[in-house]
Amino acid sequence: MSTDEILSFEEAMEKYDPVLGFEVHVELNTKTKMFSSAPNVFGDEPNTNVNEVDLGMPGVLPVVNKTAIESSIKIGLALNCKIAESCRFARKQYFYPDTPKNFQTSQYDEPIAYDGYLDVELEDGTVFRVEIERAHMEEDAGKLTHMGGATGRIQGADFSLVDYNRAGVPLVEIVTKPIEGAGSRAPELAKAYVAAVREIVKNLGVSDAKMERGNVRCDANVSLRPHGRERFGIRSETKNVNSLRAVEHAVRYEIQRHAAVLDSGAPVIQETRHWHEDTRTTTSGRAKSDADDYRYFPEPDLVPVVASREWVEELRATLPEPPAERRKRLKADWGYSDLEFRDVVNAGVLDEIEETIAAGASASVARKWWMGEIVGRAKAADVDPGQLGVEPATIVELAQMVEAGKINNKMATQVLDGVLAGEGTPAEIVDKRGLAVVSDDGPLLEAIDAALAAQPGVADKIRAGKVQAIGAIVGGVMKATRGQADAGRVKELILEKLGVTV
Amino acid sequence: MTEQNPAGISAETLIRLSAAQLADKLAAGEVTAVEATQAYLDRIAAVDGQVNAFLHVNAEEALAVAAEVDAIRAAGGAEAEALHYLAGVPIAVKDLIVTIGQPTTAGSKILEGWHSPYDATVVERLRAAKMPILGKTNLDEFAMGSSTEHSAYGPTRNPWDLDRIPGGSGGGSAAAVAAFEAPLALGTDTGGSIRQPGAVTGTVGVKPTYGSVSRYGAIAMASSLDQIGPVTRTVLDSALLHQVIGGHDPRDSTSLPEPLADLVAAAKTGNVEGLRIGIIKELHGEGYQAGVENRFNDALELLKEAGAEIVEVSCPNFQYALGAYYLIMPSEASSNLAKFDGVRYGLRVLPEEGPMTIERVMGATRAAGFGDEVKRRIILGTYALSAGYYDAYYGSAQKVRTLVQRDFDAAFTQADVLISPTAPTTAFPLGEKLDDPLAMYLNDVATIPANLAGVPGLSLPGGLADEDGLPVGIQLLAPAREDARLYRVGAVLESLLEAKWGGPLLAQAPDLAAAGTLETQEAK
Amino acid sequence: MAAINRDDVAHLARLAHIEMSAEELDRMAGELAVIVDSVKSVSEAAGDDVPATSHPIPLTNVFRDDVVGHTFTAEQALSGAPDSDENRFKVPAILDEA
Repeated sequence: MSTDEILSFEEAMEKYDPVLGFEVHVELNTKTKMFSSAPNVFGDEPNTNVNEVDLGMPGVLPVVNKTAIESSIKIGLALNCKIAESCRFARKQYFYPDTPKNFQTSQYDEPIAYDGYLDVELEDGTVFRVEIERAHMEEDAGKLTHMGGATGRIQGADFSLVDYNRAGVPLVEIVTKPIEGAGSRAPELAKAYVAAVREIVKNLGVSDAKMERGNVRCDANVSLRPHGRERFGIRSETKNVNSLRAVEHAVRYEIQRHAAVLDSGAPVIQETRHWHEDTRTTTSGRAKSDADDYRYFPEPDLVPVVASREWVEELRATLPEPPAERRKRLKADWGYSDLEFRDVVNAGVLDEIEETIAAGASASVARKWWMGEIVGRAKAADVDPGQLGVEPATIVELAQMVEAGKINNKMATQVLDGVLAGEGTPAEIVDKRGLAVVSDDGPLLEAIDAALAAQPGVADKIRAGKVQAIGAIVGGVMKATRGQADAGRVKELILEKLGVTV
Repeated sequence: MTEQNPAGISAETLIRLSAAQLADKLAAGEVTAVEATQAYLDRIAAVDGQVNAFLHVNAEEALAVAAEVDAIRAAGGAEAEALHYLAGVPIAVKDLIVTIGQPTTAGSKILEGWHSPYDATVVERLRAAKMPILGKTNLDEFAMGSSTEHSAYGPTRNPWDLDRIPGGSGGGSAAAVAAFEAPLALGTDTGGSIRQPGAVTGTVGVKPTYGSVSRYGAIAMASSLDQIGPVTRTVLDSALLHQVIGGHDPRDSTSLPEPLADLVAAAKTGNVEGLRIGIIKELHGEGYQAGVENRFNDALELLKEAGAEIVEVSCPNFQYALGAYYLIMPSEASSNLAKFDGVRYGLRVLPEEGPMTIERVMGATRAAGFGDEVKRRIILGTYALSAGYYDAYYGSAQKVRTLVQRDFDAAFTQADVLISPTAPTTAFPLGEKLDDPLAMYLNDVATIPANLAGVPGLSLPGGLADEDGLPVGIQLLAPAREDARLYRVGAVLESLLEAKWGGPLLAQAPDLAAAGTLETQEAK
Repeated sequence: MAAINRDDVAHLARLAHIEMSAEELDRMAGELAVIVDSVKSVSEAAGDDVPATSHPIPLTNVFRDDVVGHTFTAEQALSGAPDSDENRFKVPAILDEA
């Protein structure tokens, strides 16, 4: 594998202006495939989630999954797109062993959604608007495993094995218009854009959105032009960049590589590039050629999809609040500082805190419990905080007990541990463990008498005005009551008993 | 083989009954389904060496289904009551339609030995009706042809003259029915593959309205043109079979949602009084054999006598129909046949030399597995869809389709049913047009417009041509979703013609069994 | 419209993944030229105002509910495969590196 020359990113930015473009493929989490009733499930035994349709057997016909259409419309709406009144599927024809019919059923000149935009927030709060060209429906291909080579790559393989479980899984491909004006923030924007798309489809509930499983896959187009020139340069398309970090790195690398090519006076080749996570570089795939004549034509086995305005509005009414708007609203409602809010978002407990507040806790109490107690426990258990099983109602109950003076904060954390251990509700655990702050004076007076008797000299010291000596007696009482006494009340009672007024 | 049932019906008589007659005798207990099925299997054994209508004979399963029907009938009760009218009536299936338990080849080497793991919807419906499936019939490879000479498994011969073609692509189904090897058969019709073989073999064939019968499990040639339909000896039998296989199927997105009309009742209407029957000016006369034209005129005369009003209509855009068809069909076929690549099923051929990549294996497999006509159409279709040519070819052809539909719409304001000869000529000799694709394509000139517009068409025997004594087909066309009209007019015309002939036309066909026994045994 | 020649056919045969001998290419080019010539009137038949018809009987919105149906076992899926290994379809190398 030859190594390409690259320029430093700074130098590249001095000389050139990057133009980006993205094709993000989102796998929908429908129960069945796009055109067949076989299950859409990840990770099963090879060639078991298939029927005759997925294998492209002779005689089979596709039938469109209605849920996949609805999910696609939702994605289009969330990306501020227009929804086509009528659209069709087409056949994109090319031979490849992971494509059972040797054509992919896709949308070509009639995408279901088009002309949208997405406002992407960069880390410093700058908002960058990315224009969406289209979002169209298509089907995924099967999975090839290359055997016999040293690396498991297609290069050097002796043969390949095909599993068609993924063949026919519904995809929505989101295509941006050329993104200009990002300048040196292009790599950061790339990452933020893909993250925003991922967040949107997850928030819509239409995709599992796990990049590590290929639920969201990104092809990144990069071209450079000298500053001040309007015409775009020749672009490369880096395929299957499948983590947020990799998107950022791949765009940065391609900018540096293009800059070096342009500096050398050579033309950039319009080609596919492959991303390598290990070396953080791309290598040449194949150049565009006349073999890319896909001979699209309308899929004759399917009929047009007509999205009535009523249907579109019904779907729009089901859309959740867009993630960015929601965050803005919650931050204002809760009164958290920028730092506090970012920590909450990064810890992934936004939903949990919102639910806890809805259940009756104050914003500060909810944050204190989730950020102060639960996130740490979740980290120790290596699970998401939401998966620990803490109900919002539990936190509200704990907070109310503390506020009413029934238990103190220290006890409350013990109760939380009890809840996590499955011992019952907070009230039950307080009962079972006998964890009440003792506020009945009777037992306290007994304990005070015992403590005074045990330390005979202390009472005199207090009477003599050395009020700070009271600590020894309070400590004795607390010890005797195993910490359940209300220390303030104990102090009052001792002073009363000794007839001392402070 | 000459064993007789209690009612004294000989096997020779049994195989010549129409499906409806056989069904009546089965219901009345005069014959058993096993007897009928065995009679057909014996007939296949006796004559198919000459005809080559069958690629596979499914004797064991057919007899088992027949025995099941007999047992149910014998037991009586609700289950016997619930039996379909055609239960126990055997049928042959064109080998383009997939069947569990039997090979499906599409007449191609590329699928030799392949067994489908699923049944076509129409096959499921035959099974639900408990109709014994006699076997799979020969066809032009992937249904591409008008003579059945393009089968990878040898041509089928016309029972009227074994040196002539039986039509195509469904020559096997038509010849099987004409040679009394089956009372019923299924065909598929993309440009005339049911109707044209029907015409040249003296049988009845129907291309239903597009979407009337599910295409699920019919190996696609041209998805927007293909339609499965009945191949029979009488119009009533076609209506009966259409009723079994038709109706909505959720597995075919182009399947019509509404229930089928009562086609059998339509076939039994018995009159055509007041119906307007339109002669399509562009589909007779010049280019049509004189004997074909004569029989066509006879049919018009009979219909007029029966009280129909004969009008003339013009469909000027039909002149472009053949050209549009030969762009749309290969385009869709080139795409539909891409899946045959030696990866998932069927033939795999390794290149004789050079690198052994999957791309080359696909290329070698398709080179060896497809015949010339299939390759020709794939290349033509690839051309018509390729960058820079799409608008001029495929796009223009789809526009012509609109024009053809408009012609039909206009014609159907003037006439209830349209009429034409089914094919320009009677059966031509084997080999005559094999090396002249264009001449072969012209056989379909009268049948293609119906496929482009999706309207239903029926071909029935119109008699024998004066010059060669071979069958002539009369084609009836109706508006989309009005298949019932075809059965109504077709049944009336059939009864008028049979009254004139003194019986079915097929009674005049040469006796294959007598001439062929020795030859058959030598061939097998 | 340009006439179809031997190079065109070679290109089309590559697109269609059908290996063809030199003789086959020549023969096919001759046959296709005749056929293409015979269909050329089609491109002049309809004006720009005529819409294309891709489905003879227009239907819209034919959908399937998102409900799981039957599947094959791996054995059934692979039953017709020319070659298989580890419950997967086996194919020769994709790249030519000879």
